[in-house]
Order: sequence, then structure tokens, then C-alpha cells
Amino acid sequence: MKPIIAALLALPMATAAVAQDTGPLEVDVVGGIQAPMAIAVPAMPSTSGDAAIGRQIAEIISSDLRTTGLFTPLGPGGIGGYSYAEASNPVYATWRSAGAAALVAGYVETGGSGRLTLACYLYDVSAGRELVRQGFAVNANDWRRAAHKCADLVYSRLSGEQPFLDTRVVYVAETGPKNARVKRIAIMDSDGSNHRYLTEGKATVLTPRFSPRGDKLVYMSYQGRRPRVYVMDVATGTERLLVPGTAFTFAPRFSPDGSQIVFSMASGGNTDIYVVNANGGTPRRLTATPGADTSPSFSPDGNRIVFESDRSGSQQLYVMNYDGSNQRRVSFGGGNYASPAWSPRGDLIAFTRIGGGAFRIGVMSPSGGGERLLTNAWQDEGPSWAPNGQFVMFHRTTQGSGNAALYAVNINGGQPRRMPTPVGGSDPSWSPLNN
Amino acid sequence: MNKSVLIGMSALALALGACGKKTPPADIPPAAELPANPPGTATDDSVDLVELPAMQADLIAKAGSDTVYFGTDESSLDAQSQATLAAQARWLLANQSVRGSIEGHADERGTREYNLALGERRANAAKQFLIANGVPEGRLTTISWGKERPIAVGSNEEAWAQNRRSVTVVVK
Repeated sequence: MKPIIAALLALPMATAAVAQDTGPLEVDVVGGIQAPMAIAVPAMPSTSGDAAIGRQIAEIISSDLRTTGLFTPLGPGGIGGYSYAEASNPVYATWRSAGAAALVAGYVETGGSGRLTLACYLYDVSAGRELVRQGFAVNANDWRRAAHKCADLVYSRLSGEQPFLDTRVVYVAETGPKNARVKRIAIMDSDGSNHRYLTEGKATVLTPRFSPRGDKLVYMSYQGRRPRVYVMDVATGTERLLVPGTAFTFAPRFSPDGSQIVFSMASGGNTDIYVVNANGGTPRRLTATPGADTSPSFSPDGNRIVFESDRSGSQQLYVMNYDGSNQRRVSFGGGNYASPAWSPRGDLIAFTRIGGGAFRIGVMSPSGGGERLLTNAWQDEGPSWAPNGQFVMFHRTTQGSGNAALYAVNINGGQPRRMPTPVGGSDPSWSPLNN
Repeated sequence: MNKSVLIGMSALALALGACGKKTPPADIPPAAELPANPPGTATDDSVDLVELPAMQADLIAKAGSDTVYFGTDESSLDAQSQATLAAQARWLLANQSVRGSIEGHADERGTREYNLALGERRANAAKQFLIANGVPEGRLTTISWGKERPIAVGSNEEAWAQNRRSVTVVVK
């Protein structure tokens, strides 16, 4: 990746506010914004002559690239197209004069048997050469996914990061007034399309989280006026109570291999963290201090768990081994810390920082260093990582109305981007990359 | 590596004459898709707690209130709360056919999962007081609503004070 980027970027350095990984305890990267790269995404020709599909696919690629915050896409609107032959042999001068540094080209092939193939090419316009090409064959109904995969190819090649655009989001869809809000689990593609509800809304539901394969959810539901953790099969909607009986269970998350679920159980005024086989069985207790131990999240190697506890008198972050041993505090900044989530890359922990009457999303290293705050609003909470560990999704609640919406932010800075949801939303969980 | 990439991208865009300021991506309008029919939700009738509105009204009339209030991030019972719970205990002892679902709530200034724990702590404080006043433990259950069911909708001290509460809900 690096040589390509170097070639693309063989231009004088300009000043840019970029967050540091180390340094003072609180480096605030809100407003640390980089100028995005101009990339042409013209409408793609289609071998069937169906112009609409080539344009729609280009629109999705363009939109996806824009959401990364790293690109200013040009097109497909307001920019010319090209011929089928030019997909693999572009006229660079055209795109240079359009102001593009890079070009996404390709073509769409819709054959028989309900399949669609998207040929995706990325060109360095400045250097006049191809950077990468790949074909994506999908069921014709899944044409949007082919576009997401092409956008992921482009993003990954130019940023050096792993792909994350061909993903889904599950969240709590919120409707109705603040004192009688209906909460349903909803699932959608990460660009907001293919939105559907997974629960009816008769029972309040909270904190849905994907399994590492993306085929199951674990969440809390108040059905039967008994708040407890359930596991749902996404494809069938089948639900199963995680821990038999009436114990109050909440704050669930899967282990990285999907075999375990870690969660909180409260009884007698005390909340502790437990882990149980994802298929059932007897929970094993991991914490035993008086106070609220909750919001556990596994490290990607499964060896450690970050969680929050008020055992010191205020909410702080702690890390322990997977078996509950070696519990130690890692947050030492001002204010309180809550709802930690371990990055899938392992290098950072995202959290909610409580202070000055506000909640903000931040990241720190697993040992507690290098804290950076990423957002600045009245109430931002509940971070969930993109599978590439470069973006964090969370929900932002508006003072007064209590209306909540989903946002995603690049951990390297920039403004949070609102996620498209048809109704209010909270507790997002970003899926792994679709397979 | 990512840092150098971003710096490089900035440089590229600037060198190409692209605007040096970031244009924030426009919000994408809400998806227009209609909700699909959700699958049926599982039920567990064995633990259904059915509310009894007439009995609830009687509890409020006789005990003065079905609710006690707490300080910020606190679960201790002040003198007024203890008096209210003592009256609720007398009512529960006089109405043996019903049970109490002791339901703890928190104001909106805590995070969601922490507030679930805090609500349980408050409900448990009320439950223990009722038990100490003679109500059999087997007639009492607790649940926490965290910050999910505010009774006052404002974002101010007065509303928050009303929402930090435990409610004794009469159920069968």
C-alpha cells in the first residue's frame, strides 16, 4: 500500500492539523480536519446497455467514499461518462482537467441466471496508471453490495486501511415521546439501505450487539416486564433467553470467537460481570466487588476484558484477564468514564467520557495512555467500532427532547457524520465485514 | 501510517487547488424503505407481571404515594422516603393477594448501562426497606428501567429530581 500512496502523494506537504497518538493526557482532536482527495466516480457503462444500473452503482460508490471523510468524489452527477473500452483504458487527460487525483471506473455486466458482475478499476490520474482492479459477482438483487465492495477496494487501496463499507448496523430504533418511547431493534446496511425492524416494539429493547460472524445478536429486552439478555438469530428472528430464570441481566457482548457472551447481572443492589457459553450453561462470575461493574468488552485476542466500575467511588475503566484475574484501573483523567469498547485492531479503547454535564466519545490505549476526545455535544455515548478500527459509531441525544440519532466519526479527527435512519436511533452496533 | 496518509492526502488536495477547508458531508436523507414485517417476539408468560390499576390507585391513596425519590447517583432513603415505604409496607400487608414490582429509575445524566445498575440499586434499597417492615421477600420483585422511562421530560434539575425514583407497582 505504502508505495502507491507515496506515488499518489508525491507533492509538497501542507500544514494539516493531525492528532497525535501520544502527548498530553487530553489531546482534543475535534476540528482536526484533513482536506479530502478529489476522486472521479463517473457513471459506469453497462454491457446490457442499461444506463440506470451503472449510474446507481457509481452513486453508491461516490456516497460511500464521501462518508469516509477522506475523499471529495466528483460524479456521477455533473461529470461525463466513458465508454466500455475506456473502463480499462481511461483518457487520463479528461479526468486531470476535471480536477481529479484518482478515478474509479469499471463496467456492469448483467448476464442471465440473475447474476451481476461489477468490474472495478482504480486509477492514479496524476501518474496515469492503474492501481488496482477487481471483479465482484453478486446476485442481481445484491447489486448494492457490489458497489460497496468496489468502494471498499478503493478506500483500502488509497488509505492503507482495512475495508469497512460493506457492513451492516443494528441499533435501537426510537419513536414516540420522551416519557413513552417505543424502542425496537432495527438492522440496516451501513449506508442506511435495506432497513428493517427485528422486534415489534411491545417490549422495550436495548443494546443489540452483533456476533463476530454477524449472524446473531445479543441484546436486552423487557418482555414479560423482566429485563434480561436474549440471543437472536438475525436470519430467522428466533430468540432465546441467555440465562434461564428471572435474574436481571444486561450489557451483553460476544467474545471475539463468538463462543462466549460476557454480560452484567444485578442482584441485591450489586452489579457484577459474568461470562457464559453463548449456547447456554452456567455463568461464571468474573467480578465480585461491591458496586456497579458493567459494560464489559473483550479485547480482539479474547485474552482481556475492559469494563467500567464505580468501585473507586466514580465510574472508571478497568481491564482484567478473561478469567477475571488482574483487575486494574486504566482511566485516570478528570470526570468519569463509561461504556468502553475495545477496538477490533486491539490498539485502542473507545469510551464515553462524562464531565462538565456532557458526554463525549474518546479513545485511549488499553493501558490508559494517549487519551483523545473525538466529539463535543451534550450527550454522545455508546461507542461501537467499525471492523477496521478506524471509525466509531455512537448515539447523540438532544438536550430537552431526548431525541437520539446515530453518528459515526473518524478516530483521526473530523466532524461526526449523521447516519441515515428513518427514525431516532441509539445503541448502534457495527457489524463485521459482510462475507 | 494512517497519519502520514492523511497528511499526504491533505497536501494532494491542496496542491490540486481543491478547497483547503473541509466541506462536511451532507446528511443523507432518511431511508424511504418501509419497515418489513418483524418476526414475532418470544413470550415468557411464566414471569408476566400484570399491572392492577385499581389496586395501584388504592395504594397511592392509602400510602400517600407509590414513589420515593433519590439524590443524584444515590440510592439511600431519606426520612420522607422511609415514611412513604413504611406506609406502602402496611398497605401490602393489608392486601395479601397482590405482589409488588419495585421499579428503579435514573435521570438522564448517566450512561445507559450504568443507569440500569443504578436503577437496580435504588429498587433494591426500597425492597429491603419493605422487607424490614414485614413484607415477605417472596412477594416483592425488583426491576430497573435505568433512564428509559422518565416521568418528567425536561432536561433540568426539577425534572431530574422527579426521575430519580423507585416506584412500587402493584402486580398479580
